[in-house]
Amino acid sequence: MSDLIDAPDCARRTILKGAVAGGLIGLGFGSFPFPAYAMADAKEWPADAFKQKSEADALKKLYGKTAEPSDKISLDVPEIAENGAVVPIAASSTLPNVTGIAILVLENPNALAAAYKIPKGTEASVANRLKMAKTSKVVAVFESNGKLYSAGKTVKVTVGGCGG
Amino acid sequence: MSSTIRVKAVASGGKTKVQSLIRHPMDSGRVKNKKTGKVIPAHHIEVLQFEHGGKTVFTAFWGPAVSKDPYVKFFFEGGKKGDDLKVSWVDNEGKSDQLTAKIQ
Repeated sequence: MSDLIDAPDCARRTILKGAVAGGLIGLGFGSFPFPAYAMADAKEWPADAFKQKSEADALKKLYGKTAEPSDKISLDVPEIAENGAVVPIAASSTLPNVTGIAILVLENPNALAAAYKIPKGTEASVANRLKMAKTSKVVAVFESNGKLYSAGKTVKVTVGGCGG
Repeated sequence: MSSTIRVKAVASGGKTKVQSLIRHPMDSGRVKNKKTGKVIPAHHIEVLQFEHGGKTVFTAFWGPAVSKDPYVKFFFEGGKKGDDLKVSWVDNEGKSDQLTAKIQ
């Protein structure tokens, strides 16, 4: 039973449910039948894209293409960020059929900070908070009708948010 | 322990605004522990997902450059007061959490 106690929370619940249903105990975490609804799945995480140093390489890994500049993207960033550990960044776009948004901080050790999947019916808009190592251009990339569009702005950082 | 997930979803004018805060260290793997001098290994949420009416409405893929106790805001079409919104995340250590919130 000890491996059950160590299992992550949601898996543990599934395992216990399974045990009641019919002794499914003993099956590995990976092969377990998950509930019908979709849960966050680490297998979907684009690890390679997050390892890239440059914007172009990250976008190639993430979407398999390069971005062209667009004036249909609105990028809301502070001009000066006093604390690089928490920089509020919001991006939205009037581009049609947006399926994905990526936010990149070009001077960070790895350019890609966050990527979002936008299903049909969800607005092409996201706000989040990112760490910035130093003054850098922040780029928002939108995937629209299968093509990539980008817009960037520079944020001045007075105290970096990556070192310690 | 209370949930790591805080979410506020408000339906208005045919769409739902979702704001969420997750309690998570989001360690970048580049900071040293000041006492031991050892690097604190990267520990961050990889995937955060929101589901409404049996459909995934938003998926976030996060790297170590997302701030500690991350915040996210987005909008989706539809959703009404009292509907369930399921939130779940998983991190690079395989830890996870989930919560079902009611749309207000």
